[in-house]
Amino acid sequence: MRSAAPKPVERLIEAFARLPGIGPKTASRLTYFLLRAPEGESLELAEALQEMRTHTRFCSLCFNITSNDADPCLICSDAGRDSSKICLVEEPLDVLALERTGEYSGHYHVLHGALSPIDGIGPDDLRIAELMGRLQDGEIQELIIATNPTLEGEATAMYIKQSMEGSEVRITRLARGLPSGGDLEYADITTLSQALRGRSEI
Amino acid sequence: MPERERLYRAEGIVLSRRDFGEADRLLTVFTREYGKLEQIAKGVRRPSSRKAGHLELFTRVQLLAARGRELDVITQVEAIETYPHLSKDLQLVGQASYILELVKLFTVHGEVNREIYRLLVETLARLNSGDPPSKATRYFELRLLELSGYRPELFHCGQCQSEIRPEAQFFSYIDGGVLCPNCGREQRGVRPITLAALKVMRHYQRNPFSTASTARIQLQVHQELDHLMEGFFIFLTEHKLNSPRFLRRINQNTVTVIEEDKIA
Ligand SMILES: [Zn+2]
Ligand SMILES: [Zn+2]
Repeated sequence: MRSAAPKPVERLIEAFARLPGIGPKTASRLTYFLLRAPEGESLELAEALQEMRTHTRFCSLCFNITSNDADPCLICSDAGRDSSKICLVEEPLDVLALERTGEYSGHYHVLHGALSPIDGIGPDDLRIAELMGRLQDGEIQELIIATNPTLEGEATAMYIKQSMEGSEVRITRLARGLPSGGDLEYADITTLSQALRGRSEI
Repeated sequence: MPERERLYRAEGIVLSRRDFGEADRLLTVFTREYGKLEQIAKGVRRPSSRKAGHLELFTRVQLLAARGRELDVITQVEAIETYPHLSKDLQLVGQASYILELVKLFTVHGEVNREIYRLLVETLARLNSGDPPSKATRYFELRLLELSGYRPELFHCGQCQSEIRPEAQFFSYIDGGVLCPNCGREQRGVRPITLAALKVMRHYQRNPFSTASTARIQLQVHQELDHLMEGFFIFLTEHKLNSPRFLRRINQNTVTVIEEDKIA
């Protein structure tokens, strides 16, 4: 690809274009917007990016993203929440989606993915062992599996259920209201609330 | 180009898919009419999408797509067959993934291969029907090799051409078949193959599935062939395979009955 833009400009365009949902056109548009905007805009963005990298970590309990000075995270350390329930999700964004419903007040556990034989993602690549550890302390009474209604999400749910054979913990799955193939994070609040309320034992 | 030439209809099976853009998925579809294609399905990660459920793995679909400059865009899709049992059992998820992985590696972009397509459809149906997964897989492997021009030589030594006698032999990936004990001993990069495993390969190579699948095969022979075949496919495609590793991992700590045929 030939480009008339100077190196530093091109570098930023390329960096933007690597982000999900951003094509080369949008990447150029963002770059030229920042070039024309007051210098403060760019500095603010650069600072925010740096802080995001250096001031965040995974919560050592639920593996959601938290700030460096809050581990366990705000949800895990909130005494007002129901510590007998864990809701199992694939990604941190799913926590946000479920929190938006206002329907759930238990804890979470973020797997950071789902089982996928084709992509070579096995149980060891996910935070499954850590989940099993949390389930052993006797406080948890219900595990709500809220992995995506995709093949990978279902396979993950199956694996978790098999691994928990003999456990006293009640295992539930979000209701069928969520059409298969979609991603949890895109579900609207009503659908997600209904799926949570209508969850059933598996 | 007039609008109607840009659109095409095809039947296919989704071989793999990955998230792309805001809510899209990039799919590799093996179609009966056009071979393996890269297509984009827009907005399918949104639960409101009516296409999403039809574009899952292990689904045979009828689709309408528009040719694009780089990627074809799926405009309509309808599932013809969903193989529901494949997604209800981890073992089958792994086995069916293995089939898709191999088809993806052995087919060339845009090259029609109706026989491999038919083999794929038949194999998914067999796995879904409750046939022992290892038998459906074994048959698939040997047919895929044959249809791709890699039919293993199982009757004559790949080096001295002498007839293979009923005894333990060697299997050579480079020669694409068995070597007699004399030649095999001298050779580097070959692996031993038991007489039982060789017999299974011959039996599956020579017979249609209905006949091939009637033979009882010991679990350890299947395991020997699992390793031999995985090695052969890695050698031929120069790619590591993810699904066999996944299967080994999930079978480590789940006590599921994998094999119906325990007795020889
Ligand atoms: Zn936490
Ligand atoms: Zn020889």
